[in-house]
Amino acid sequence: MRSQTAPGPDVLVIGGGNAALCAAIEARRQGASVLVVEAAPKVYRGGNTRHTRNLRCAHDEGNEILTGPYPEDEFWDDLMRVTGGETDPDLARLTIAQSKSLWDWMNGVGVRFQQPLGGTLNLGRTNAFFLGGGRAMLNALYDTAEKMGIEIRYDTSATALDIEDGFFKSATVEGPDGPEVIAARALVTAAGGFEANIEWLKEYWGERAENFLIRGTPNNRGTILRMLLDAGVEPVGDPTQCHAVAIDARSPQFDGGIVTRLDCIIFGVVLNNRCERFYDEGEDFWPKRYAIWGRLVADQPDQIAWIVFDEKAVGRFMPSVYPAISAPTLEGLAEKLGLDPVAFAAEIGRFNAAVVDGDFNTEIHDDCRTEGITPPKSHWARRIDQAPFHAYPVRPGITFTYLGTRVNREARVLMQGGRPSANIYAAGEIMAGNVLGRGYLAGIGMTIGAVFGRLAGEGAARHVGN
Amino acid sequence: MLGTDLQQEAERQITICNACRYCEGICAVFPALQMQRSFVAGDIDYFANLCHDCGACYHDCQFSPPHEFAINLPKTLAGVRQESYGRYAWPAALAPVFEKNGLVIAVVAAVSVTAFLAGMIMWNAPGALFSAHTSPEGFYALMSHDAMVGLFGPVFVFSIFAMIMGLRNFWRDANAVRMVEGAAPASLWQAVKDAGSLRYLDGGGAGCFNEDDKPEDKRRLYHHLTFYGFLLCFAATSVGTIYHYGFGRVAPYAWWDLPQMLGTVGGFMLAAGTGGLMAAKKRRLPDLVDEGTKGMAMAFLLMLHLTAVTGLGLHILGGTPAMGLLLALHLGVVFALFLTMPYGKFVHGLYRFAALVRLAMAKRTGLKTKVAA
Repeated sequence: MRSQTAPGPDVLVIGGGNAALCAAIEARRQGASVLVVEAAPKVYRGGNTRHTRNLRCAHDEGNEILTGPYPEDEFWDDLMRVTGGETDPDLARLTIAQSKSLWDWMNGVGVRFQQPLGGTLNLGRTNAFFLGGGRAMLNALYDTAEKMGIEIRYDTSATALDIEDGFFKSATVEGPDGPEVIAARALVTAAGGFEANIEWLKEYWGERAENFLIRGTPNNRGTILRMLLDAGVEPVGDPTQCHAVAIDARSPQFDGGIVTRLDCIIFGVVLNNRCERFYDEGEDFWPKRYAIWGRLVADQPDQIAWIVFDEKAVGRFMPSVYPAISAPTLEGLAEKLGLDPVAFAAEIGRFNAAVVDGDFNTEIHDDCRTEGITPPKSHWARRIDQAPFHAYPVRPGITFTYLGTRVNREARVLMQGGRPSANIYAAGEIMAGNVLGRGYLAGIGMTIGAVFGRLAGEGAARHVGN
Repeated sequence: MLGTDLQQEAERQITICNACRYCEGICAVFPALQMQRSFVAGDIDYFANLCHDCGACYHDCQFSPPHEFAINLPKTLAGVRQESYGRYAWPAALAPVFEKNGLVIAVVAAVSVTAFLAGMIMWNAPGALFSAHTSPEGFYALMSHDAMVGLFGPVFVFSIFAMIMGLRNFWRDANAVRMVEGAAPASLWQAVKDAGSLRYLDGGGAGCFNEDDKPEDKRRLYHHLTFYGFLLCFAATSVGTIYHYGFGRVAPYAWWDLPQMLGTVGGFMLAAGTGGLMAAKKRRLPDLVDEGTKGMAMAFLLMLHLTAVTGLGLHILGGTPAMGLLLALHLGVVFALFLTMPYGKFVHGLYRFAALVRLAMAKRTGLKTKVAA
């Protein structure tokens, strides 16, 4: 192994997404020399940031992109609603307050914004959409970082951390030129969660995790998170929990991203491989319910289900990457899906018989519902009777995990017992559980990443300067 | 979805784009495709011609190769665009010209220049080619104004007609299943503004991409120089024609006179713009290049560049014995340019303009699905 001969950087940043780059840029601005090690090759740099599309930020007035004010208190209410209070209120307040400066900060590093995308007008006031999406945003951050003289190494993973009593001394990294020990005066860990580590997920989910699809980067294996926890950093967030939605079962194992999502559940019924419905498909508006379906499908046999709908629903929801599987009859569709045609048609028949006619309207909780079946479909229930019939196969798609490292207001990690580490900082998904202990709010991952990335970079540079 | 392999590949990709929509703010293609849920061949050609090849979506896309979704719209749509020129060519028998375009144009240009040279030598007194610069008639001593009009006029009229027929074919296909109607004047004006400013060769405001992943490309500037330089040269000829027939003022004109000024400024712009575009094309990131489209673009740029350079040469060296040769060269190149106009890269402007008009109409009045008869 080569040991470093030249003096190491002031700040070593492990990770290459939004949080990592915000930290690197901020540390460099404060005068520190910075090395970023990114496990992915250049083309896949940026982890899950590549798949993001917007950033939630509080603001007192609208602007050319944001359609109106989004006061801090409203942001707070939204966060409380989705987390059910599972948040560190102090860090949550800090995140929200600091989010106000993100618009200007992002513009300052070359990130461009656009009007809310088609189908997302409801987010136009609260969320700033990146022109060209998350990868375009990353390209701007990397461009800025390079111009500032930040060194970036791709294809380079940290394989060991030398931490003594909460003090970081050096990291062993493995890149194209082999392993190397890099000493630095401060460490920023921004290397994501562990959702791509199926073995780790199995600790909580058992064999079911074998059938999970990972919506983002294959590099979020939680290697750094594990090292920090093993070194005595205090954990935060429920390790058994992850954000799981129902995505197209034909999607790639990793990195399928946004296009694999399916927004059509409220237009049909969802059957498992025993041809049984198992949850109220019309319980509430889709944006409020889409994040429960990953878990629901994970609890079904073989972790698979099918969304079944008829011709009436075609064109009413956002298109997705793969075409629906279609057939002129219900039995024919069941055969294509590999399901028992008799049982399949019988379950749809039972559903159809229970439908109470009403005025179909997806804008409100309408009165189209079922009577006398379990589970019911509370709204938007219409008979599935207009050929051809269609189905999408779905599996759990894991977006991110909640387990992380506890941090303080400076983004410094806290050791067990509550003492802050002298020189280890964390930002992004690796610590998002401090603020988002449960649930999800569109664009908040990027908010947490940017706010704590900047705090981490600032803190690390300040530590180096002292 | 019927169509060529390339059209089907484009359809595969835009289906994914339609599910993603992150690039909606980048250019005209994404808002256009998002108005539909299914696509036919004519739609794909329409999208391909809306694409200005700025390259931004390739660098911004989380699904570009090596991702298994392998999204690369700039390259794929460039291929479809090239194919579409052949599909809409009139007469259809000349469609194959688009396939070996560079070669065809080189041959036509060579034959044309040779013919002008031979004609000037044979029709005039021996040695006139090298002494005509002293004649008070200027270059009309070598070829009369009437002869020029008689030769260029019909070719020009034919080219215009052929291109109108091509446009008709394009419009028919683009509206085969979903059609636009209404708001034509406002949409035309919108398209004039969008095309005139190259609004969509800008990565949505971030700039466009050429040789690397930095949005620092200058092709928009070069294209402006080329297009407006060409317009100025065309204006110079038009003013000259008006002088000739309207006022009996016959060339040669003084350096300060309008045809000379317009031609000189336009010539320099055209030469610089096409030079810049050719250099940019050579440097272009190979990932974005459809190999089949290279020859045609280069041939067209080179013809425009030669038109400008020979025109300027004639302007500067018109008073020297080189005038005759330069005139033959210039007229030969311009003749070949006009003759091949409907069968080369020139048509990209027409189809792109028509596509911009269609998008502006669709945005104003929506798409109407034709009911099968």
